[in-house]
Parts: sequence; structure tokens; C-alpha cells
Amino acid sequence: MARYWAKQLLNIAVTLFVVSFLVFALNEMTPGDVARKLLGPYATVDQVDRLTTQMGLDRPVLVRYFEWMGAALTGDFGQSIIFRRPVAEVLWDRLANTLLLAGVSFVVIVPFSVLLGVLAGMRERSFVDRSVSVFSSICASIPEFAMGVFLLAIFTVQLGWLPGTSPLRADSGWPIWSQLVLPVAVVVLYDGGYLIAMIRTSMVDVMRQPFIRTAVLKGMSFQSVVVKHALRNALITPFTVIMLQLNYLVAGLVVVEMVFAYPGFGRMMLEAALAKDIAVVEAGTLVAVMVTMLTQVFGDLGYRALDPRIRV
Amino acid sequence: MTDAGRTVEDGLVAPSADEDAPAPAAARSALALVADALTVSPIATIGAGLILFWALCAVLAPWISPFPPNAMDPMALVDPFPSATHWLGTDQLGRDIVSRLLWGARTVLLVAPIAVLGAAILGTLLGLVAGYRGGIIDTLVMRVGDVLLAFPQIILYLIILAKFGASAFNIIVVITVTKAPIIARIVRAVTLDVKNRDYVAAARMRGEGTLHILLVEILPNARGPLIVDFFLRLGYTTVAIGVLGFLGIGLPPPDPDWGGMIKESYGLLFVYPHMTLIPAVAISSLVIGFNFLATGIREASLDD
Repeated sequence: MARYWAKQLLNIAVTLFVVSFLVFALNEMTPGDVARKLLGPYATVDQVDRLTTQMGLDRPVLVRYFEWMGAALTGDFGQSIIFRRPVAEVLWDRLANTLLLAGVSFVVIVPFSVLLGVLAGMRERSFVDRSVSVFSSICASIPEFAMGVFLLAIFTVQLGWLPGTSPLRADSGWPIWSQLVLPVAVVVLYDGGYLIAMIRTSMVDVMRQPFIRTAVLKGMSFQSVVVKHALRNALITPFTVIMLQLNYLVAGLVVVEMVFAYPGFGRMMLEAALAKDIAVVEAGTLVAVMVTMLTQVFGDLGYRALDPRIRV
Repeated sequence: MTDAGRTVEDGLVAPSADEDAPAPAAARSALALVADALTVSPIATIGAGLILFWALCAVLAPWISPFPPNAMDPMALVDPFPSATHWLGTDQLGRDIVSRLLWGARTVLLVAPIAVLGAAILGTLLGLVAGYRGGIIDTLVMRVGDVLLAFPQIILYLIILAKFGASAFNIIVVITVTKAPIIARIVRAVTLDVKNRDYVAAARMRGEGTLHILLVEILPNARGPLIVDFFLRLGYTTVAIGVLGFLGIGLPPPDPDWGGMIKESYGLLFVYPHMTLIPAVAISSLVIGFNFLATGIREASLDD
């Protein structure tokens, strides 16, 4: 077990190092001058040059990279250029907002998709199975921005029940919880559609196994066959996939956040990348990569715990 | 972007690898698999119908679109809603929505298949070589793929598109590079599974070259998962192109692009909802088409 953790930690450390360097290097190659962006189009060349020197941007990439890394290792991620605040502050703010959206969505998605997936998969090609499969396939097909537009047209434009934007501010005239409804609905439908299909497939596979036939033939009721025998086995494979959704829910919500003007992590990354705010992009990328790798490790561990045939 | 973790690996690789028979001889062609799906699955037929509809729109756009896609009709702005002249109305600049939809279909149905094909070819080659050779090559290919997949996709897109400019060609390159590792994983899993089978050993004994063994003996085993993945990935790529357009880093205006059309008219949703809803329906229906077809093919291939 100790060896396993050592290997995983080394793996994470190496990937973080490679990714952080890649971001730095790629950013360096992208056109556009940070000082020019800060000062606007009317600044003189002299002013731009002075700010560039002042910010230390005229030194070689490698020097700046290792300087940044040294500071980052001590927990100092520098100043954000566009938000004009320490990166750590902006990052935690936005991350907290995204975690709120992700957490609420996750709590809804898992029972919703397990229920539908199991209902569909327990009787393959039945009417319920067909309906759920078509429903999940359509949900997973509609891009988040299109789904957002559809829901907005119904619930905001037509019915006027819910706010059109979700800035998460109490002074916007709508209570905070109501600002969460539409973003969560989009995430749940889009991601749930995919999960339902996964769980259904796994359930179908399990229901075809001989031990299920045995249980049915020995006179067990269908309900207890599903609950006592099939369910646990059917959830082993999707467990990893469910864990991987956490990754999407933290780093992949940029589109939903853009649709609803939600002040989240993904939107921060988009804004920062467009403005070449390298300090924010670096810190955000590291957080996103860390989340990806940790969910993989925990997914792995959970898988092993659920399926005793696999050993570390 | 959001589909980074979405693969068809689970539950799909197994069926085709079950049989220890000389698979290549029994292999049906990709076309037969699609044709099979169309005859047995109504879902696949609906999907194929949607794809065919948009494909026809794309091919015939220059002849059937009522107006040039970028032509503005200032008089139509008085009443941009659907009318006899503009069947689906006009957008915020007075451009005919039917024409922009048709030309937009042309863009997405050109870019998405080329990008997915690129990713499929690159990913297949990498997966075959990594799985067959093993050792350092395997480690190297898979590690680079892991890093690419660990990257937040949107940042990767942004950085690359900001660097090289947003053009159809660059979008194709970006999608090829970011999606190839996923396909490489699928092909590698199949390769690892079959490379020690007797018929592969037999091919080696009769002195076939490595290329022959990889492409003729091993690759056909990955046929099923690869075809399903191809159509699923066409769907995801259509979404990805739409997302790039919606975020404002897709194809440069004024040429029509469904995601861009939604972005441009999005602020007017309260006043002129049709400008946003129509392209949203268009892109959704195309993606539904790809996913339905993929589902049908998967069902048909599992029935064997």
C-alpha cells in the first residue's frame, strides 16, 4: 500500500511539473504583450517598455519559470493582472463558487442516474429501457449551451419563474438558491444523460450473468434479485466513471458558467487565458490537473474496495 | 472539452475479443456493420436520417440557400421574425437564418469528420505500436497521452488557438491532438489482448512484416469499438466546435458557425428568441443524429 501511494504521489508530482512548464512555455509563445494589454492601446512604446522591465517580463522564460515555481512551492501564487488581487484569493473565491454548483449537481446527478440506469437496465429492451435510453441519449447530445438556451427560453423568458443570470449576489433581486436552479439543471441533464447510459449498460451486463438466472430460478422475487444481487455488481464499473465526473464538475463547467454569468472557476480560467494572466492560468491549471489525478487515484481505490478480486 | 473522460472502452472491448477464432477472416467491413444497425435499430435509422438531412443541407448549401449567408437585409430588422421572405427570420444584423444554418452545416460537417478521422488515424497508429511493442515506447506514448488528458481541455484549446489563430485548420489540429490519446487507449487495450493469440504468432512465423501484423491481424479486432467511438466522437466534436464558437474562440466571424450564431444573438433572447433557439436546435439535432447512430451500431454489434 505504501508503495502504491509513493508511486501515485510521484506520478502526480511529475505530471504537475510537466504541465506547469508546458503552460508557461505555451503562454510564452502566444502573441500579445501583457504590458500592452494592461496599459491599453494609447500608451507609448516607452511606457510599455518601462512596465515590462518593472514586471520583470524581459528576462528569459526559464528564469521566470523557476522563480514562479519557487514561490508557488511556498504557497505564493503571485498577483493576478486582470483581477488585481492575489491569485490565491481569486482562485479560492471562484473555486468555492464552482464547488457549490458542482456539489449540488453531484448530489442530484448520482441518485437520479443510478435510479434511471438501474430501472432501464434491469429489464433489457423493455418499454422503460427504451424510453430511458432515448431520454438519456438526447440529454447527453444537447450541448450545454443549447440546453441552457432552451431552459432559459422556457423558465425565464416564457414563465418568468427563474433568473436569467446567476451572479450569486443577493442584491440581484433573486434569492441565491433560485440562481442555482438553472445551472444545476443543465449540468444534471447533460452529465446525467451520460451516466444513465453507463449505468444501464453495466446493469444489462450483470443481469445476463448466470448467478442472476440462478437467483431467479431458485424462486427469489425479481425485486430482491435486483436489490440484493444485481445492484452492487452493476455499480462497480460505473463507480470509476462517477468519480471521473468530479473532474468534469470542477474543471469543465466553463460553458455553463458562461451561459449563466456564474462567477466560477472555469470562467475565471477562460478570462485569464484570454488576457494572458499567466499567474492565474498556472495556478488554475495546477488545481485542475490535481483534481483530475486525485479523482483517478480515488476512483482506483474505490474500485478495488468494491471489487475484492482486485488487489493493490 | 467536457468529454475528456468519455470513452467507449467500458463494456465494448470485450465482445469483439471474446472469440479466439481468427477474427480477421470473419470480420465484417465497417460498412456492413453500419448497414446492419440500420436494418435492426429504429434509433439508428432516425440518427442516420438526421445526419443525412444535415449532410444534404451542407452539400447543397450553395444552390439552395435563399440568400448569401453574410448578406445583411437592413429592412428585415424592422421585423426579424420568420416571414415569407426570410422563412426562419433574420439575425441581429438582418442576415437570413436559413442561409446561415445551411452554410453553418457545411462548416461543421467539414471540420468535424476531418478532425475525428485525423484523431482516429493518429490514435490507432499510436495505440497499435504502443500495445504491440510495449516497453519504453508504450510508456512514452501513454504518459504523453496522460499529460494531454490531464490538461483542462479548454485551456489547451485556448492556448493553442490563441497562439496559431482560430481557423478551421487549427481547430482540426487541436481536436486531432487532444482526442488521439483516447483512441490510442482503446486500440492499445485491444492490441494487448490479442497480440499473444495463436493467429498473431502464426503470422509472425510465416514471416509477415510488423506493419502487416498490426494492420491486418490485430487492427480488425478493434473494429467494433472504433466505429462506435467514431460516431460518438463526431457528436462530441460537433459539440466542441459549437462550444468554441459559443466561447468566442471558434471560427472567426462573419462566416456562419452555429455556436457563434448562438453567442452573437444570446443577449437578445428576451426579445428575439428565435435567433438563438434555431441554431441551438440545429446543433442539438445533429449531435443527436450522431449519438443515435452510435447507439444503434453498438446494439447491432453486441447482438452477434
